[in-house]
Amino acid sequence: MKFDTPATNNPIDQLKVVGRPLDRIDGPLKTTGQAPYAYERHDAVRNQAYGFILGSAIAKGRIDAMDTAAARKAPGVLAIVTTLDMPRLEKGPMNTASLFGGPEIQHYHQAIAVVVAESFEQARDAAAAIRVEYVRQPGRFDLAAEAPKAKLVPGDSGEGSGAPPEERVGDFEGAFATAAVKLDATYTTPDESHAMMEPHATIAAWEGDKLTIWTSNQMIAWGKRDLAKTLGIPAENVRLDSPYVGGGFGGKLFLRADAVLAALGAKAARRPVKLTLTRPLVANNTTHRPATIQRIRLGAGRDGKLTAIAHESISGDLEGGQPETAVSQTKLLYAGANRLTSLRLAVLDLPEGNAMRAPGEAPGLMALEVAMDEMAESLGMDPVEFRILNDTQVDPEDSERRFSQRQLVECLRLGAERFGWSRRSATPGQRREGRWMVGMGVAAGFRNNLLMKSAARVRLDGQGVVTVETDMTDIGTGSYTIIAQTAAEMMGVELGQVRVRLGDSSFPASAGSGGQWGANNSTAGVYAACMTLREAVARKLGFNSAEAEFVDGQVRSGNRSVPLGEAAGADGMAAEDQIEYGDLAKRYQQSTFAGHFVEVGVDAATGETRVRRMLAVCAAGRILNPKSARSQVIGAMTMGVGAALMEELAVDKRHGFFVNHDLAGYEVPVHADIPHQEVIFLDEVDPISSPMKAKGVGELGLCGVGAAIANAAYNATGIRVRDYPITLDKMIARLPELA
Amino acid sequence: MESSSHLSLTRRALVAAAAATAGATTPEGADAQPASAGNSSTDAGTPAMTSVSLRVNGELRSLELDTRTTLLDALREHLQLTGSKKGCDHGQCGACTVMVDGRRVYSCLTLAVMHEGDEVTTIEGLGQPETLHPMQAAFVKHDGYQCGYCTPGQICASVAMLEEIKAGVPSHVTADLMASPQLTAEEIRERMSGNICRCGAYSNIVEAITEVAGRQA
Ligand code: FES
Ligand code: FES
Repeated sequence: MKFDTPATNNPIDQLKVVGRPLDRIDGPLKTTGQAPYAYERHDAVRNQAYGFILGSAIAKGRIDAMDTAAARKAPGVLAIVTTLDMPRLEKGPMNTASLFGGPEIQHYHQAIAVVVAESFEQARDAAAAIRVEYVRQPGRFDLAAEAPKAKLVPGDSGEGSGAPPEERVGDFEGAFATAAVKLDATYTTPDESHAMMEPHATIAAWEGDKLTIWTSNQMIAWGKRDLAKTLGIPAENVRLDSPYVGGGFGGKLFLRADAVLAALGAKAARRPVKLTLTRPLVANNTTHRPATIQRIRLGAGRDGKLTAIAHESISGDLEGGQPETAVSQTKLLYAGANRLTSLRLAVLDLPEGNAMRAPGEAPGLMALEVAMDEMAESLGMDPVEFRILNDTQVDPEDSERRFSQRQLVECLRLGAERFGWSRRSATPGQRREGRWMVGMGVAAGFRNNLLMKSAARVRLDGQGVVTVETDMTDIGTGSYTIIAQTAAEMMGVELGQVRVRLGDSSFPASAGSGGQWGANNSTAGVYAACMTLREAVARKLGFNSAEAEFVDGQVRSGNRSVPLGEAAGADGMAAEDQIEYGDLAKRYQQSTFAGHFVEVGVDAATGETRVRRMLAVCAAGRILNPKSARSQVIGAMTMGVGAALMEELAVDKRHGFFVNHDLAGYEVPVHADIPHQEVIFLDEVDPISSPMKAKGVGELGLCGVGAAIANAAYNATGIRVRDYPITLDKMIARLPELA
Repeated sequence: MESSSHLSLTRRALVAAAAATAGATTPEGADAQPASAGNSSTDAGTPAMTSVSLRVNGELRSLELDTRTTLLDALREHLQLTGSKKGCDHGQCGACTVMVDGRRVYSCLTLAVMHEGDEVTTIEGLGQPETLHPMQAAFVKHDGYQCGYCTPGQICASVAMLEEIKAGVPSHVTADLMASPQLTAEEIRERMSGNICRCGAYSNIVEAITEVAGRQA
């Protein structure tokens, strides 16, 4: 099905099942521990041996020799494969660093060997017995030091955020020079780790030259393609299965070393092999959100209208890598005639930077939306009103191009009202409750809507049970449930009559889970397949498919009514189709919007910032399931608390690695850090997006949260920290004297 | 360019360079050595094995285990009770939380052989999909999870945590150590802070626990 004209009325609009806050259908499995994650598939294949991955202890250089003699003799060892056993393996288009093979080391903890043994304990012990001779080379590990050498490059997160090397509209320099009120400030954001709770894990089994891996991956079709390429085998010989994914946040978008080494280990041991990245490998062996240095210049007239907007970002990555697209939202968020954005990339020898939840916007808004707060203060304006004044309903770089829907103003107004924004003191440092200095902050949230091809197969059996099969993944996003809701709505059955099977590469290829595109596109693919199935059923019954209604488990036309199961017959029926998109995304700018409101307390003695209240008001098209969508948003808000207040991969600039590579050193928010969170979804349908009229929320919820917290901390104390995270050491010296 | 093997690095540089990875990447380092001192055939021979019997979810289970096996791996790998999760294997995340003799423990931080005769309750012992424990049902109702990977640990921890409050065990946020701790959101958040949820379901988890606690009270 090609979607190239805005949606009109369709079966989804009945909203009997779609749009309801239903419990997740996978809830009973997840809460009882019965949902099987990758490392737990004891049932999948017999005789599994254990693999253990060894990571490089240097960041840059090469391996001269590896002595595996002692390890090979260790009890229980079945096979050892080292990186010296083969030339550097090919890599897929998504990876920057190589995953295995050859003597060259590109980053710390790059995989250099896998040991396969009868037990986990034996594999781990033998891995410790491998001796490695390294030749260390000096590397570039300090972004600030390399920044002056950074080159202008284009950027595309692959997740809906991108920008050319430099983009100019009007005359930024001229307008900025003559602006009545100006801001010129630099903000820095640190390297961050996805730190999903389930480390990457894979079980691999060969049957002749056919390989099956049970793994934890967000994008099944990419994984299949890239694993085949890496191993040099035909893609049709590879099958991935990933029905449950213990979190990803972008860290499992791409093929990683676990899958490659499980496959190589299984080949060498002639046994199925299961392995996982140990927690300390996750930070340095895989990808991370790269640090940025962002300069923002804003110019406005005394009336508060922006006349000049510049946002320039520098980040680093390995040779051949990508910039963090932190300036992307600045091209679209506010009006202003004279504009400049640029992206610069420094070469670093740290582990690979890549997409993490809301790549681009998450760090970009942490700068832009603080700059807007600073500018509002310079103008003597309320920060909500300042944003509303500079709203735009068209693409600021192309006034012919409208937003399909843009309710940022409504988000901000409603949020201000519900949050009690009028109680905020415009002058910082005014509100004191015992030892707490209390303040409120606001920020706009912005994230693009991405349209991706997505396919599904829908089966109908003689009992009227509907089964959906697609390689879509559920990484905690609620895919199982919203896909079931979609199929139930389309086929006119109860939710309980629908089965959903996900994550298997033998199913039709979906959009996968990334860039908050999963919900809208994967359900639109199911919509397409259901439409095709409805037509087939109607045809079989001799009904006019345009008139046939699918209601209450029946197919009706005129005064005839046939139970769905009977229509399908004993052999059942099946249909497969996909959603593809025309040029609506070109003709209209499709984005999602939020207003984030936060209240913090800053400890007057220690400078510690604690979040007290949070509200997000989101405008993101039709909300397919308000319960699971709300969870996406509160989860993202929680990650925003981490980004603002605690998360930072500490770089060892001499040896070139992230030091705090575990969950004790890399601090993420815990229960005690998170207050009750409020989320409001504006009533919105976006017929330009898809037949579902939905967009996404999973990343929107993160976009702007960090800035709202930073702005609240400023409002509480009068101290502006532009260097994230806002830890107490950056506050304490500037706090007022204790009385 | 500097050429060196691990072993010729100074101890200081080694620690600085590799933290948990000196000479190898085993996070457990020396702790992972076979606990078989006195067994001269260790290198070429078999690991030190021992038998251990646990009562798991009410059932007596006898296992022959490598002494290095954690309680978590005994459950997940040997008994194939994979409801308990491994998020870190280091006592840093809480995904592996189970109850031993009624008290919550990180099962990755304790060796199975230390639990001879102990009563272990895992998520599987609390309820099944058709017969959910009230806490499991409340997590479903309040959407107190997303990816589900921290969830069994959160649920086991919350069930045991409510018992701790009932028993009068104070926490860091208990203002009056002489009075019984109250069932406030603040107490729940403090006491549940050993269970990380990277999906960020905290706000909903606290609502689920509060509802169950309210019903129990
Ligand atoms: S796995 Fe035991 S605390 Fe993380
Ligand atoms: S539900 Fe994913 S980590 Fe808690």
